[in-house]
Amino acid sequence: MLLFAPIDFLNDLLLKFFSGDTINFVIWPLIQIGLVVTLVALWVAYATYLERKISAFMQARLGPMRVGPWGLLQPIADGLKLLTKEDFIPEKADRWIFFFAPYIAVAAAFIVFSVIPFGPDWAVITDVNIGLLLVLAVSSVGVLALILAGWSSNSKYSLLGALRSSAQMVSYEVGMALALIGALMFARTLSLSSIVAAQQSDSIWFVVYQPVGFLLFLVAGIAENNRAPFDLPEAESELVAGFHTEYSGFRWSLFFMAEYAAMVVVASVATTVYLGGWYFPFVYRLTEANGYHNLYVIVSILVFLIKASIILYLYFWLRWTLPRFRYDQLMDIGWKWLIPASLINIGWSAFTVFLAQALDISKVLHTIEHVGNRLNLTAAGKVFMIVMGLIGLIITGAVLSRINWRSRDFHLKTQRRNIRLVDVPKGKPAVS
Amino acid sequence: MHQVEIATTQETLLDTPEMVLNMGPQHPSTHGVLRVILRLDGETVIDLDCDIGYLHRGMEKIAENRMYTQIAPYWDRLDYIAAVSNGLVWVETVEQMMGLQVPPRAHYLRTILTELNRIASHLLWLATHALDIGAVTVLLWALREREEILKIFERQFGARLTCHAWRVGGMPNDAYDDFSTDVRRFVNNFPKRLDEYETVLSENRIWLSRTVGIGIISAEDAIAIGLSGPALRGSGVAWDVRKARPYAAYADMDFDIPLGENGDTYDRYLVRLEEMRQSRRIVDQALVKLPDGPVNAKLPKIVKPPVGDYYHSIEGPKGEIGCYLVSDGTAQPWRVRVRPPSFINLQALKQMCVGHLVADVVAIIGTLDIVLGEIDR
Repeated sequence: MLLFAPIDFLNDLLLKFFSGDTINFVIWPLIQIGLVVTLVALWVAYATYLERKISAFMQARLGPMRVGPWGLLQPIADGLKLLTKEDFIPEKADRWIFFFAPYIAVAAAFIVFSVIPFGPDWAVITDVNIGLLLVLAVSSVGVLALILAGWSSNSKYSLLGALRSSAQMVSYEVGMALALIGALMFARTLSLSSIVAAQQSDSIWFVVYQPVGFLLFLVAGIAENNRAPFDLPEAESELVAGFHTEYSGFRWSLFFMAEYAAMVVVASVATTVYLGGWYFPFVYRLTEANGYHNLYVIVSILVFLIKASIILYLYFWLRWTLPRFRYDQLMDIGWKWLIPASLINIGWSAFTVFLAQALDISKVLHTIEHVGNRLNLTAAGKVFMIVMGLIGLIITGAVLSRINWRSRDFHLKTQRRNIRLVDVPKGKPAVS
Repeated sequence: MHQVEIATTQETLLDTPEMVLNMGPQHPSTHGVLRVILRLDGETVIDLDCDIGYLHRGMEKIAENRMYTQIAPYWDRLDYIAAVSNGLVWVETVEQMMGLQVPPRAHYLRTILTELNRIASHLLWLATHALDIGAVTVLLWALREREEILKIFERQFGARLTCHAWRVGGMPNDAYDDFSTDVRRFVNNFPKRLDEYETVLSENRIWLSRTVGIGIISAEDAIAIGLSGPALRGSGVAWDVRKARPYAAYADMDFDIPLGENGDTYDRYLVRLEEMRQSRRIVDQALVKLPDGPVNAKLPKIVKPPVGDYYHSIEGPKGEIGCYLVSDGTAQPWRVRVRPPSFINLQALKQMCVGHLVADVVAIIGTLDIVLGEIDR
C-alpha cells in the first residue's frame, strides 16, 4: 500500500520523539481534531454555497457565478467580507454576553463532531460509550447561545426570537431524543461506532426497521436547527432576523456557521443511526478483505459524506419549498404530533423486539441468531421487523389522527374552497 | 363596608406587562415604509396603530402647480407597482371632463395594457405575500412572469416601472410591431405558470394553516370601512368598477368577477389568483378584437377642462383608484384629490389583526396588498 505509506511513516517519525501513549492519546487525536474541524468548516462553507446553488436552480436563476468558476470561491469571498466588516455592538447591549454568545453557538455545534464516526478505524476522533447522549446534550447547549444572544442584544425582535427559539428547541429536543430510542433498541448501545457496527453486522440500515423513528428524527432535527419551515426564531419577514438581529460581521458569521454546523450534525447523526453511517454494502468486501485497509477507511468516509449530504439536500429542498409555520402551530406539531408519535414508536418497537424474541423462544419463527451485545437477526427476523415497522407507520398515523381529530388544522384540506365566479351587470354592489 | 381586595392570579404569580413593538418603518415585510405600532400580550396583538407618511411627497399639492399633461407622470409614482393603471385614471378623468372622444384602438390598447399591469401587480403581491409567509421560491417564480410583462412595457413605453403610459386623448404612440406576438406568447404561457403556483401553495397544509381563518372581515364591515378591490371581493361583495361603471373597452369584454366566502386571507389569495386568470381572458379577447385606426384624439394646444369638478375612478389592481378633479378653467387644476385604494384598505388592518399573532400581522399586511407610495402620496 504505497498510497497510504505516509501514515505509517508519520507514525514511525513521531515515535522517535514521543512515547507510544503520547502519540496514541495526544498527537493523533490532535491531528484528527485539526482535520475534522478543518473539513467540517469547509463542509459548512460549501453547504452554504450548495444551498445557494440549489435554491437558485429551484428558482430559475443561476446563483453565485462570479467568484471563481461557477462561483466556487464564493464562500471564501463571503468569509473574507464578513471578517472585514465592522463588529458592531449596540450601546445598550449586555456587552460580555453579547460577546460570548456566538462562541457558545459554534462550540456547541462543533464539539459534537468529536464523537461522530466519519468512518471506521482512524476516521473517528473518539468513541465514547455514551456517544449519542453526548450528541444530544452538547447540541442542546446551542439553545443557550440563542437565548443569551437574544437577551443581551436588548432588542425586542431579538428577545422575541430568543423566546421562540428556547421554547421551540426545548420542545423538539424531547421529540428528537425520544425518536432515537427506537433505533437504540436494535443497536443496544449508545456508542455511535457500535451503532454503525450493529447495522454492518446485520447488513441492514435501521431506517427500514424504524421508518417512523427516522421521519420523526428528521422533522425534529429540522426544527431543532431552526430551519424552514420551522425557522421561527429568525423568521425574516416577522422578526427581521430574530435572535441575531443586532449581530454583524464576524459574530454574525459565527452564528451562521453554527447554524450550518448544527445542520451537518443532525444530518450526521441521522446518517449514523438510521442510514448505516459509513457502512455500505460491498465496500468491505472490495477493499478491506483484499488488504486495502486505508482505502476502505477513505471510501467509507466518502460514503458517510454522501449520505449526510443527501440529508442536507433534503433540508435545502424543504426550506425552499415550504412556507413557514406559525408559532402556535409549531408548538402543536411538537407536542401533539411529534412527541406522541415518538412515544408510540418506542412502545411499538419494544413490543416488536419482544415479540421477535418470544417467537424465537417458542420456536414459531426462527428470528434471532443470538442476543449478545447486539441483536443479530436471521433473514426471517429481518422481514418480520420490516413488516412490523411498516405496521408501526400505519398505527402511528392512526393514533395521531385520532388524537388530533378535533384540531382545526387537521381538516385543513377540506377547508380549501373554490371561489365563485359571478358576472354582474351594471349596478350597485350586491352583498351575498 | 370593608373592601376586600382580591388579587387576581395573574398579579400574584407573574408580572406580564404588555410589550409595545415598533414594526417598521425599516422592517422587511411592511412593504415599504409603513410603521405599525403593536401592543403585544406575549405574541398576541391586543392593539395596533399605523403610522404613515414616511413617503409623503405632496403629490396632490404638486399637481396644483402643473399643467394637466404634466401631471400624468406623477401618477405613476403613486402606486408604482401599477403605474399603467394609475396613469389611466388621470388621463381618463381629464378626457371625460373635456368630453374628448378617444379612438377605439386606444381604448383597446389601454384595456390590454392595464390588464397586463394588473397581472404584474398581482404577481408582485403573490411574490411578497408568499415571502412574508415564508415560501421564498414563489417570489422568484412570480417575478419571472412579471419580467415578461415588464419587457412588453419596456418595448411599448420605454420604461419598466414608471411608464408614463398614456397621454390625454390617447396614447403617445401606437403599439410596437411585435406587440400582439409578445402579448400572445405571454397569454399562452401564463395559465401553466399560474397552475405552478397553485401546486406549491393552494393545497399546501402550511399555507392553508397560515391563511385560512386569518384576518377575517365580513362583507358589512368591508363596505363600512370602504374596502375595494380584491379585499372587498374576498368578503363576497360583487363590486368591480370594470363592471359597475365600465371604462376603456371593458364594456365589450366578457369576464367574471371572483368572489370569496369568508373574507379571510385565503379567500383573498384565491380571488387574486382567479383575477389573474380573468385578466388573461380579457387580454386574450381584447387582442382578438383590437381594431385598427388612430390612437390619438384631436387635442387643443393647451388642455383646459371647463370649470367644474369631476370624479372618475377605475378598478386598479389594489382596488378602486379614483381622481377628484376641480378645475377653474385655467391650464392648471385647482385641486386634485386621489382616492388611493391602499390607504383605505389599510384602515381594515386593526380590525383584521387584533387577536392574532405577530406572524399573522405580517400575513395580513401582505394580503391587503398595500403600496406605500399610494398611501402617503
